[in-house]
Amino acid sequence: MYTQGLTEPGVRPATESTPDDAERLRRFEARIEAEEKIEPKDWMPDAYRQTLIRQISQHAHSEIVGMLPEGNWITRAPTLLRKAILIAKVQDEGGHGAYLYSAAETLGVSRAELIDQLLAGRAKYSSIFNYPTLSWADVGAIGWLVDGAAIMNQIPLCRCSYGPYSRAMIRICKEESFHQRQGYDIMLKLARGTAAQRRMAQDALDRWWWPSLMMFGPPDTASQHTALSVRWKIKRFTNDELRQKFVDFTVPQAQFLGLSIPDPALRWDEAAKRHEFGAIDWREFNDVLKGHGPCNRERLAERRAAHDAGRWVREAAVAHAAKRAARAVA
Amino acid sequence: MSTAGTRSPAADVATRVRYLLRIADTSLVLGQRLGEWIGHAPAIEEDLGLANTALDLIGQARLLLAYAGELEGRGRSEDALAFLREEPDYLNATLAEQPNGDFGDTIVRQFLLDAYQLELFERLATSTDARLAEIAAKAVKETRYHLRFSAGWLVRLGDGTAESQGRVQASLERLWPYTRELFDPDDTDREIAAAGIGPDAAALQAAWSARVDRVLSEATLRRPADSPYRWYGKQGRHSEHLGYLLSDLQYLQRTHPGASW
Repeated sequence: MYTQGLTEPGVRPATESTPDDAERLRRFEARIEAEEKIEPKDWMPDAYRQTLIRQISQHAHSEIVGMLPEGNWITRAPTLLRKAILIAKVQDEGGHGAYLYSAAETLGVSRAELIDQLLAGRAKYSSIFNYPTLSWADVGAIGWLVDGAAIMNQIPLCRCSYGPYSRAMIRICKEESFHQRQGYDIMLKLARGTAAQRRMAQDALDRWWWPSLMMFGPPDTASQHTALSVRWKIKRFTNDELRQKFVDFTVPQAQFLGLSIPDPALRWDEAAKRHEFGAIDWREFNDVLKGHGPCNRERLAERRAAHDAGRWVREAAVAHAAKRAARAVA
Repeated sequence: MSTAGTRSPAADVATRVRYLLRIADTSLVLGQRLGEWIGHAPAIEEDLGLANTALDLIGQARLLLAYAGELEGRGRSEDALAFLREEPDYLNATLAEQPNGDFGDTIVRQFLLDAYQLELFERLATSTDARLAEIAAKAVKETRYHLRFSAGWLVRLGDGTAESQGRVQASLERLWPYTRELFDPDDTDREIAAAGIGPDAAALQAAWSARVDRVLSEATLRRPADSPYRWYGKQGRHSEHLGYLLSDLQYLQRTHPGASW
């Protein structure tokens, strides 16, 4: 899972002052224009490097924090098959996290540094994970909506100009697409189930719909990163374009489930061939982003507790490796 | 697949079902415990490793419970058996239900049970019960990986820092008393062994013990003394911990009787 367009104070393009730098920048942009991939050892503008470190690490953090809300239901999954699928899904997210931290490391930053930033509260992760999972239907809604939104964001990233990120995304998208289908399958089963299960499904849609739309980030008029990211082909579509695509894709799926989307302003615009939808509460988005969502404190506290509780284990592993190395030399 | 064959009249259906449930429930309960870890391990790689083991264990439980349900012939599915029995009807080894504790507790519990399951499944792979033999043959491959993970960590923690060694030695002392039950045969075990379905407890214990000693020695850990108290999880008398585990496990099935998920 992933979000784009988190509005941290932006990274500005460094002033490219020397003639050498100007020439390198010209060649770099020509390669981007020619759809060549930029690889770790290639020259790149500092702003490109910093933008990617920020984006890839936020993505990695989102995967790792995202394990918590769904992990919340592993012990309570309703059948053994659902339990196995959920474990596999949460495990995939851990795998994505590891994979993305590695991609970020190709840009000259370490996983340990990035994790420290997350635990210190200095890094962002997708704010969707600051909402609670209150019922089994939330596991379905996350797969359907949150992973669905993630796929909208991520498919274009498979063509991102930075090679390691682009390759990571190709693999991740395949798994996310499976996640999305399993989420929808849970919703389908609930929607066709008992009255209590249908209520559960509708309640989950009511709570996850708007936060899912917020996953695409602030409107284009307010997004600080879009222009440069599009120019350098880190991003291929704007936040609003992707959000619209998501709505158009998801509304018929909700109709098929017989669930109603909690937006009285939602309607099909025949002329524009797209759905019109109501205003997003950006104040809520910004509040959650600033740490005032329902679970911000809990999520970070849980990550910190796990990290702290694991310190002696990591230290033991390092000490043991050193002993083995010493014995091998002796 | 046919379950007929060289079945001894000594092992009647109820005994065979009981024996299957012991193996199935140990995998189920241990898998459920490992599921609690996911997202909280000391490093991402350990989250992935624990999740792998949990997945395999749940998979084993599914195969074994489905078979037990068919053999029993009362129309109970894998989920009916997994979610809708009462506490004394779960027949897992008491060790499996012990709480996760810290990572060292989890690794010790896992190592002791992985070593047990490896010896068990290797022998069950040649069971006179063809269906059980097939399930065991698959489980052997999985359990080798589980043991590689848990034994690897036991050695790192034992032969790591002074703190890690102290912690993991304490875990070993805490959990060791539950191992006696694994090898203390009762009538069910004896009937099953006589019928050639399952292994002889003494042979199993000797092999387990040798394997455990090798790893403990590499981990620079001391093997605790055997404790006089026996646990009886495999007969349905559990520690206090199982009830809480089941209330999580069964929550949705109990709250929505008859619903399909």
